[in-house]
Amino acid sequence: MTSIDTLLVANRGEIARRIFRTARSMGIRCVAVFAAADASAPFVAEADEAIRLPGGYLDQDAIIEAARRTGAGAVHPGYGFLSENADFARAVGQAGMIWVGPEPEAIGAMGDKIAAKRSAVAAGVPVLPSSEDVSQAGGIGYPLLVKASAGGGGKGMRVVDSAASLAEAVASAQREALGGFGDETVFLERYVARARHVEIQILGDAHGQIVHLGERECSIQRRHQKIIEESPSPIVDDAMREAMGSAAVALAKAMNYRSAGTVEFLVDDDSREFFFLEVNTRLQVEHPVTELVTGIDLVREQLRIAAGEALGYGQDDIVFSGHAIEARLYAEDPAAGFLPATGTLTAFAPRAEPEVRWDSGVEAGSTIGTDFDPMLAKVIAHGPTRSEAASRLALALERCHLGGVTTNRDFLAATLRHEAFIAGDTTTDFIARVAPVTAVGSRSLQTAAIAAAMWTQGANRSVDRRWGFAPSNWRNAGLPPTLISFDAGSEGPIDVAYRSARDGVFTLTSGETVTVVDWQDGEVTIEIDRRRHTSRITRTGADLHVQIPGTTITLQQRPRFPLPGMELPTGGLVAPMPGAVIDVRCALGDQVAAGSILVVLEAMKMEHHITAPFDGTVSKLSVKVGDHVDNGQLLLAIDEIDQEQDT
Amino acid sequence: MNHAPGSTLLAPPLPSSLDVASERFEKNRSDMMELLKAHDDLLEVALGGGGPEATERHRKRGKLPIRERIAAVLDPDTPFLEISPLAGYGSQYALGGGMVCGIGIIAGTECVIMGNDPTVMAGALTPYSSKKWMRALQIARDNRIPYISFVESAGGDLRVGKKPKNEQAGGDDEPDVAESAVGSAVVPEHFAETGRFFYEMIELSKLRIPTVCIVFGSSTAGGAYQPGLSDYNIFIREQSYAFLAGPPLVKMATGEIADSETIGGAVKHAEVSGQAEYLADDELDALRICREVVSHLNWRKPDHAPSLQSEPPVYDADELLGIVSRDLRTPVDVRDVIARVVDGSRFEEFKPRYGSTMICGWASIHGYPIGVLGNNGVIYPDSAQKAAHFIQLCNQVDIPLLFLQNITGYMVGTDYEADGIIKKGSQMINAVTNSTVPHLTVIIGSSYGAGTYGMSGRAFGNRFTFLWPTAKVAVMGPKQIAGVMSEVRRGQAKRRGIPFDEEADAEMVAAAEAAQEEGSLALRATGAISDDGIVDPRDTRTVLGMCLSVVRNRSIEGAESYGVFRL
Repeated sequence: MTSIDTLLVANRGEIARRIFRTARSMGIRCVAVFAAADASAPFVAEADEAIRLPGGYLDQDAIIEAARRTGAGAVHPGYGFLSENADFARAVGQAGMIWVGPEPEAIGAMGDKIAAKRSAVAAGVPVLPSSEDVSQAGGIGYPLLVKASAGGGGKGMRVVDSAASLAEAVASAQREALGGFGDETVFLERYVARARHVEIQILGDAHGQIVHLGERECSIQRRHQKIIEESPSPIVDDAMREAMGSAAVALAKAMNYRSAGTVEFLVDDDSREFFFLEVNTRLQVEHPVTELVTGIDLVREQLRIAAGEALGYGQDDIVFSGHAIEARLYAEDPAAGFLPATGTLTAFAPRAEPEVRWDSGVEAGSTIGTDFDPMLAKVIAHGPTRSEAASRLALALERCHLGGVTTNRDFLAATLRHEAFIAGDTTTDFIARVAPVTAVGSRSLQTAAIAAAMWTQGANRSVDRRWGFAPSNWRNAGLPPTLISFDAGSEGPIDVAYRSARDGVFTLTSGETVTVVDWQDGEVTIEIDRRRHTSRITRTGADLHVQIPGTTITLQQRPRFPLPGMELPTGGLVAPMPGAVIDVRCALGDQVAAGSILVVLEAMKMEHHITAPFDGTVSKLSVKVGDHVDNGQLLLAIDEIDQEQDT
Repeated sequence: MNHAPGSTLLAPPLPSSLDVASERFEKNRSDMMELLKAHDDLLEVALGGGGPEATERHRKRGKLPIRERIAAVLDPDTPFLEISPLAGYGSQYALGGGMVCGIGIIAGTECVIMGNDPTVMAGALTPYSSKKWMRALQIARDNRIPYISFVESAGGDLRVGKKPKNEQAGGDDEPDVAESAVGSAVVPEHFAETGRFFYEMIELSKLRIPTVCIVFGSSTAGGAYQPGLSDYNIFIREQSYAFLAGPPLVKMATGEIADSETIGGAVKHAEVSGQAEYLADDELDALRICREVVSHLNWRKPDHAPSLQSEPPVYDADELLGIVSRDLRTPVDVRDVIARVVDGSRFEEFKPRYGSTMICGWASIHGYPIGVLGNNGVIYPDSAQKAAHFIQLCNQVDIPLLFLQNITGYMVGTDYEADGIIKKGSQMINAVTNSTVPHLTVIIGSSYGAGTYGMSGRAFGNRFTFLWPTAKVAVMGPKQIAGVMSEVRRGQAKRRGIPFDEEADAEMVAAAEAAQEEGSLALRATGAISDDGIVDPRDTRTVLGMCLSVVRNRSIEGAESYGVFRL
């Protein structure tokens, strides 16, 4: 048995911080490696020592060199990046360091999905009927799924309903697989229409002891990535848990598996059959839900196992308690197909809530770019029951002060509060099927605008170096009410016009009486017609992020004095996100028809089409191919063709 | 001050002699609220300028009313201290006099802002706007603060022989001046005496006090000299015009036929004549530019920071409403006022056991040290000497003075003449006159005769004068005036040997008393711009704090010499 005194974490963001937390509690020194884009990230600052990588997180040599320089005796890969790279695991071992994970052979064996499936079959684990003969459905039947052998994340995947469309689907899946993974191998598999994704957490030590820690259900996905995970699954009972757990342990035993791993299953919601999907030979993103229901720190177990310690407990010692749900908070826009969002996270302040855990890689002021996965945080709530855990999680999300970057927060909260979710009706098509609505009511917008106006006047008073002692908007005769105007995205203007009365009371021209009870730099407490609100508020430039019950509303304060010529030309089209112009399909003066594609942007590896909103003439063209544009930047303007003038 | 920053004066808070549960307090308070209500109603009229129709016409031309212009130029949410908002009260001119004047903060700089109200007689000059304009210039000069003018004026009122029409809404409710016993509405003035404002404007510039002018409309003849004599001019495209003569007069004078834009439009002045430094696209743009100009003025106050810690008075400002009775004969302890205005109610009284009708002492308001003089009765020879002494002490250490007037005058009678009331009163007036620290005056009750002067009234070079609604300003009390006149009539009758008609005299006394009373009211005084306005007693501390900040734009240097004191 060896002991680890210095651990290098070959990862970034929340998982680096999460590993540090446990390692530090075990008395282990922590080393971070970081790419240039992460130079000011919190995990770098929190490490005992940090080494800047010349390139990215896939640079194996640089990482091993960093471990050497810092005297790290072990390397934890986290998830993603090199976590399932057998070569790297091997290289770490050859460098005389401990690899915190399974043996390279296990990683390699499970990395090939077809090989993994064979192992599962050999271990007696049920698998989806499949065939490498892609010319016919055979015993699989329709509908079936065409999948890339080397794939993941949905790439190279096609659902085929009938024999007629099989050949074409296979061909296109092969093309995509070749483009995506450099390997065009595809196979056919039974397609489960109403499926759930349920996985079993396993732990194995170097002494042959293997246990499972129950299941996690991760069915709620968008763009083939999980966003809400929980344990236990609402449909898994003790018998099914026992069956799935035994299957997973049998497979792990067959592999002589060491460390933490996850055996993923597809569950047919109708028949409750489960089928082996794959083994993840690493710590999963969603591991905290298992930790909260079992009380077992999986990173601690990984480190103990890597150091050669025995688990010291058996299957019967595992006790499950309550229910845990995790939500992944992403910088993305659910309204725009969950496209990743970028920007500066100007407001980020989770509140301390009972039994809620925030694993985050960011802090207020963090820049969210396009270099890495845009996950901001994992929020995990534990409760005695599933519905209590869901409510806690929803409330924690709602109460988090969040702004500067578009996020899926409201979407997550709406999902957690949706009756379909509460009912446990969580198949993998949940989002498409249920489509939780996240609209903010106009009353909430008005409340936020009043809070923002009152906070702003307080901020203005706090910087008055002349008459700072005098009441806000004090007049001995009278001037028109003070007007402040906001936009909330496309909603606006939202006007608040007020006069000040005595004792911090303001009368709004809309009729309400507002008392400013307390003003702080980042917070205002007001009473609107005796109803009290305390709103945390963060201002960056013209943006005000205003906390209201349920969410953070971002308002843009309109300038008091619009600079002439700064307004958007009528018919102006702006970039919906930062990206590169890859095509311009119109020229100045062109007549364009409504709906025609004018500019193509590439952002986040996806194409975005800018189309004409109406028939018109291109009156301004501000970009050319190759330009990089910022979110909101004017691309072009169209003069609408006036029908009356035309005729 | 020798105190560490953040310290307070060491004097303890004043005790209060006010019984807020008393009937008298309640009566005083409800009377005061009534007076305030009447004042607010008049303000409401004044705020309407030339009335809703004129304002609507103005808006339809894409223009902002003057008060919106001022609100837009100020730093957001900062106060605005308006000067003489009820100018013209009791006259046939619009309330406010067709001009808005006040002190506000632009780009962190205290500025005096004066603007024509084009909805009132097209912004033409009236005796009231002229006087208000002069007052604005005086505030800029005395306190050394930048002077901002929003010009949109038809120039002089050429309607000779025609009674000026009262254009303000609700003007019919105004008292008829012809029937009024006091002719304060008529301001004797001849053209030959006018135009001093131009002299003053260019003098400001020489005194290194910047003048910034936005021309919002037509600025003709005399009006053209406002941009002509300003340091910075902002003209608005297709809206601002300045010329010595517009198209009609040009045609009359030279036969040339040209339109306004060609003679003196904004573009012409920005590109050809060089009369405009800035060409704005619209009104908001002009106001934005004005803010930019002030932001570059590099305005520094010689000693801007309060030297003491501000602390609220220990008594509620609301109680100021119940101190002064409508009937000014009811005595007031001015210390009850002081206790509700100054920091922590702390007041270090000077010579408390001597000349006790003159309360003198040291205090601070919002951290600014101040010497306070307040009346607790008529001025006796000893109280006059005490005041003269105190004024010199404050000048010695550069402390501004606050005069709280509630004064019927200097004591008369054989004993007091023997005690030298003339010479001792004159000592006080000598000290007041030659004092060079800023004086702020608040008239809370009576302000009669030489008492008005001795307590640093408007004519004695104070920086600001404000009235409480209960204030009365006159040469003497109404009863005294009516009584004196009756005595004179009685004497005449006796000399001529004719019978004295007691009944007729009693009627005349009553009529004279009523007329004098009416003429002495705060509203009358403020209508004549003989002060800076009526303030709500509860705002006294705020107003004085702002004034104490404004006066600090100029260094405070106490007097080193006085006139010969007749000892």
